[in-house]
Amino acid sequence: MADLKIGDRSLALDEDGFLEDAEEWDEEVANAIAATEEVDLTEEHWAIIRYLRGYYDEFQVAPMVRKMLKDTGKSQAEIYELFPSGPGKGACKIAGLPKPTGCV
Amino acid sequence: MTEYKTPMMDELEKGPWPSFVTELREAAKGSAMAEDLIGQMEKSYEEKKGLWKHGGIVGVKGYGSGVIGRYSDLPEEFPNVREFHTMRVNQPGGWFYNTETLKKICDIWEEKGSGLFNFHGATGDIILLGTTTAELQPTFDLLSEQGFDLGGSGSALRTPSSCVGPARCEWACFDTLDLCYDLTMAFQDYMHRPAWPYKFKIKISGCPNDCVAAIARSDLSIIGTWKGPIQVRQEAVKEYAASWSIDRYVTNTCPTKAFYYDDEKKEVRIDNANCVRCMNCINKMPKALKPGKERGASLLIGGKATILRSAFMSWVIVPFMKMEPPYTELKDLIGKIWDWWDENAKSRERIGELIYRKGMPEFLRATGLPAVPQMVRQPRANPYVFWDQDDLEK
Ligand code: SF4
Ligand code: SF4
Repeated sequence: MADLKIGDRSLALDEDGFLEDAEEWDEEVANAIAATEEVDLTEEHWAIIRYLRGYYDEFQVAPMVRKMLKDTGKSQAEIYELFPSGPGKGACKIAGLPKPTGCV
Repeated sequence: MTEYKTPMMDELEKGPWPSFVTELREAAKGSAMAEDLIGQMEKSYEEKKGLWKHGGIVGVKGYGSGVIGRYSDLPEEFPNVREFHTMRVNQPGGWFYNTETLKKICDIWEEKGSGLFNFHGATGDIILLGTTTAELQPTFDLLSEQGFDLGGSGSALRTPSSCVGPARCEWACFDTLDLCYDLTMAFQDYMHRPAWPYKFKIKISGCPNDCVAAIARSDLSIIGTWKGPIQVRQEAVKEYAASWSIDRYVTNTCPTKAFYYDDEKKEVRIDNANCVRCMNCINKMPKALKPGKERGASLLIGGKATILRSAFMSWVIVPFMKMEPPYTELKDLIGKIWDWWDENAKSRERIGELIYRKGMPEFLRATGLPAVPQMVRQPRANPYVFWDQDDLEK
């Protein structure tokens, strides 16, 4: 996929639009990836994103969907409302987590 | 368009059988994707390795499953299969189509994808092979206008599938098509929005002939069966006797020796208590025999191919359940099974493997099912006899 251009930064994305280098993530990057997913980030989105990043920092993997729903108190339907591509391709991508391998 | 030299693929066109290579070449006349697929496959055979990248995540809005992302490892060499995603489309019950519907699917796929497909994949779905990320959503929209929806993939409920059942087959012990449709509709979210440790497959066969191989290929196998005696029409037995050796073809091949044939009277008698409902006699003498009158299904759990543990055949958890709409008892049980599995399984652990790890007693307690003799897989070797802490304290 084409690189993501933010101001004078240019970030490498893989074919699915995930960040190649998770270290490059910041809030500006999240907004830019969200735009490719046609999502406008609200405080509700940010709550999920912060949760995912916190979990990832602690465990170095994305949480399983069940865990994520339990911890955030959201239903599966609410997650899809916020991130139409779902928890993996939507939420994790915007949160700058490495591509899930079958968990989400 | 490049014409690839393909000595190895050519081999697969030799011999009297139909060949997918021939079909690929046919498709390649109008599709650059199919052409590059041929090129990449030949290279793959030469190098003896797959040339697809591992795991892509693509999809359509609102769905977490139904599309399998695939990218070529050699996009410079084979640019037309740089993106070659697969879409799984939920098949109609019993795989019945009219030609108009088939033509529409073909038209959509020729316009939006490689034009290559597979009717049907192991899950039962229509498999549309090869399109780009940009075409996924438009293809989905067109399919949905035609009344089609995506099937399951990933860690989700996979598209339930059933045999043709009563639509064509006199042995169906319940309406397999109706049950399959009902479960598919009831469990849409589980199919389209993966939320589990791993996949879960439901397959439905109308009788023990098990034409969809549910016992070997599904986590929950629903297989038609009956209670009470096999129905016998003695006049028809006499017709068979006139032209054919009933003893040779049926009596001697009954696995439990429950089938008796009286050559004097030209009559059949069945020791129904010892019949294991293998269908052998019914298959051989369809005009004379049919399943008993009280019909339903057996439920079996745990079938799967080798992943964490070896391949399993599913085993009985409910010997007999009536299969009538709205299937409440079945759905309640499925819900309990999923809850327990979802709560306890490790990532990538199928229900059968979880039961092996945790033990059948825990599964039975969680689902509220009674332990019954039909659960014994090998008599005397494996008699689920178990004691609770409570029993010991008594
Ligand atoms: S499984 Fe039984 S009911 Fe279904 S098609 Fe086969 S023979 Fe008929
Ligand atoms: S169904 Fe099978 S086990 Fe039963 S009587 Fe016929 S051949 Fe024997």
